Amino acid sequence: MILVFVETDAGGVVEVSRETLTFSRGLAERAGGLPVHVVVIGDVPAGTTSQLAAQGVQRVHHAQDERLQAYSGAAWSAAVVDAARDGDARAVLAAGTPRGSEILAHTSVRLGVAMAANVVAIEAVSPLVVSRQVLGGSALEEMRLDDDVAVLTVAGHAVESAEVSDVTTPDVVTVAPNLRDGDLLTRVVRTDQGEPDQSGALASAHVVVGAGRGAGGRDGFEDLLELTDLLGGALGVSRVVTNLGWRPHHEQVGQTGSRIAPDLYIPCGISGAIQHWAGCSGAKTILAVNNDPEAPMVTKAHYAVIGDLHEVVPAINAEILRRRP
Amino acid sequence: MTDVLVCVKRVPDNSGEILLTDDAQSVDARHVGFTVSAHEVCAVALAVEVAAATDGEATVLTLGPGDAVEQARDAVAVGCASAVLIEADSGAYGPADVSRAIAEVVLAHAERGRTYDLVLLGNDAADTGDFQVGARLGYELDRPVLTGISTLDVTGRTVTARGDGPGGAEVFEVPLPAVVTVMEGGVTPRYPSVPGRMKAKRATVETVIPRTAPTGGGRVRLKLPPAQPSSVQILGEGPDAAPAVVDLLERLGVLPT
Ligand SMILES: Cc1cc2nc3c(=O)[nH]c(=O)nc-3n(C[C@H](O)[C@H](O)[C@H](O)COP(=O)(O)OP(=O)(O)OC[C@H]3O[C@@H](n4cnc5c(N)ncnc54)[C@H](O)[C@@H]3O)c2cc1C
Ligand SMILES: Nc1ncnc2c1ncn2[C@@H]1O[C@H](COP(=O)(O)O)[C@@H](O)[C@H]1O
Repeated sequence: MILVFVETDAGGVVEVSRETLTFSRGLAERAGGLPVHVVVIGDVPAGTTSQLAAQGVQRVHHAQDERLQAYSGAAWSAAVVDAARDGDARAVLAAGTPRGSEILAHTSVRLGVAMAANVVAIEAVSPLVVSRQVLGGSALEEMRLDDDVAVLTVAGHAVESAEVSDVTTPDVVTVAPNLRDGDLLTRVVRTDQGEPDQSGALASAHVVVGAGRGAGGRDGFEDLLELTDLLGGALGVSRVVTNLGWRPHHEQVGQTGSRIAPDLYIPCGISGAIQHWAGCSGAKTILAVNNDPEAPMVTKAHYAVIGDLHEVVPAINAEILRRRP
Repeated sequence: MTDVLVCVKRVPDNSGEILLTDDAQSVDARHVGFTVSAHEVCAVALAVEVAAATDGEATVLTLGPGDAVEQARDAVAVGCASAVLIEADSGAYGPADVSRAIAEVVLAHAERGRTYDLVLLGNDAADTGDFQVGARLGYELDRPVLTGISTLDVTGRTVTARGDGPGGAEVFEVPLPAVVTVMEGGVTPRYPSVPGRMKAKRATVETVIPRTAPTGGGRVRLKLPPAQPSSVQILGEGPDAAPAVVDLLERLGVLPT
């Protein structure tokens, strides 16, 4: 079987995990029609099982255990390792999120095998060769995985999530993992609600409004946030913006921030450095707003407006409001 | 007193155009500069901070070719007290090889009486992006590992660390010795002072030859995405472009109804 670690939130299975399930189904088919099992941890909203069924999942290993209530990469990976051993997994996958990457790194060490991070495609199945993002997404590496169990994280937007046509209800087994000494030392002791990490929302937003150095300062975001709001989208920023402390780091798009793949990305006052491009090249349409017609973001975009964002963005906002019925 | 080891990796600066070598095994770095990942720059800043706050010392370690002393010296210039180069062809080293080689140094130094209660790494290396050397090192040394941490401080024998989680800023309290991987965003990078640069130039770098032969990282080859010619359509200049923009938004169907 192929095992997938699935992340959930108040809406059930998160989008990147659905993509990973779709990706895993592709691998399972190419490997000769293996069943797909998942591990979910902790309380999950009603409806999660039917979302998993829609992804063709055949068995759910549900770790409902007080010791896993608070997140610990080591302890959560113990649940994945148990399920992998129990079902003789040929491959273990998770979305390449911070948690997915951490848990699978532990899992690969515990299983004594290699791990491939940020895989975007399966090139061959025997031997297994994958393509994965390296150099912050500006290049791909074909990597061979020779171990008995292949452990890999799937890059965001490697595939679009798709549901199966004939849905069957998976069996759900409740499991309690075999923890090692020390697995609980790295538990979250407290979560400060102050500034929730919205990077998940950013990664799955349909419209992202981008803001770079051109915003001009901490108080230069009002019009950009209004546009974000008018479009029901999310705000994404460049590293200059987070480095200067104008906006929180979880809003950063790029090599060391989130990878986004919205229908529309509107980068305003962002030059389009390769490390930023690494995070936004998955956008279906890019509309750049920049006062420099030679900026890489402008030349790489599908559409552009040349001008001062502090004049262009308010005009767009006004025009949207004017056309509202 | 907490002595801290911080691990940085010399990587080609990929801010310009990327070219590959003819055998597609590596980046053609003949015409580019070298750097370390932004996460590692933050890890160095945290290492120096913790060492200063506890009267300990920060040591920088890098595994790479002889030229990687440049990156080690950069860390000395911003406050690391000493530097170690594990001299090896980092291209032949997979993440398991790297973590083993780092662990060998940690254990060898412990035998000489220097214990690194805290080992800091980047969350992921800027070139290979394996996202795992930190976790592997934790198992090599039999220590707890925290991943993706933005800020931390040490009180007595406990490290308190914070990182972004799905529901807010997560706080961890872990007994030392520990391994922590750092994600950029929580600390300001340090910039070298003139005396710092002088000190870095003079610093001796301990060179270590790894004991175990590497097994590699499974690379078959690298490939680049095809270059795309610009096909940008300019919708207009300045605020007058607003109607054309909103026409486009309507065409794309992204305006909420
Ligand atoms: C290892 C590494 C990792 C990195 N990771 C990331 C990452 O994850 N994300 C990221 O974004 N960067 C990252 N960077 C940094 C990256 O190289 C760039 O420095 C950064 O993206 C530039 O941000 P910017 O476009 O906002 O600023 P700039 O490059 O300064 O560009 C500002 C742009 O705004 C335009 N402008 C200025 N004023 C206005 C105005 N009033 N109206 C309209 N346009 C205006 C200018 O013409 C210019 O094009 C990384 C760098 C390294 C070395
Ligand atoms: N060759 C190396 N020398 C020193 N540290 C390294 C090396 N390779 C990886 N690391 C450390 O391990 C972290 C994670 O790397 P990786 O798992 O390869 O993405 C990096 O940010 C570095 O701190």
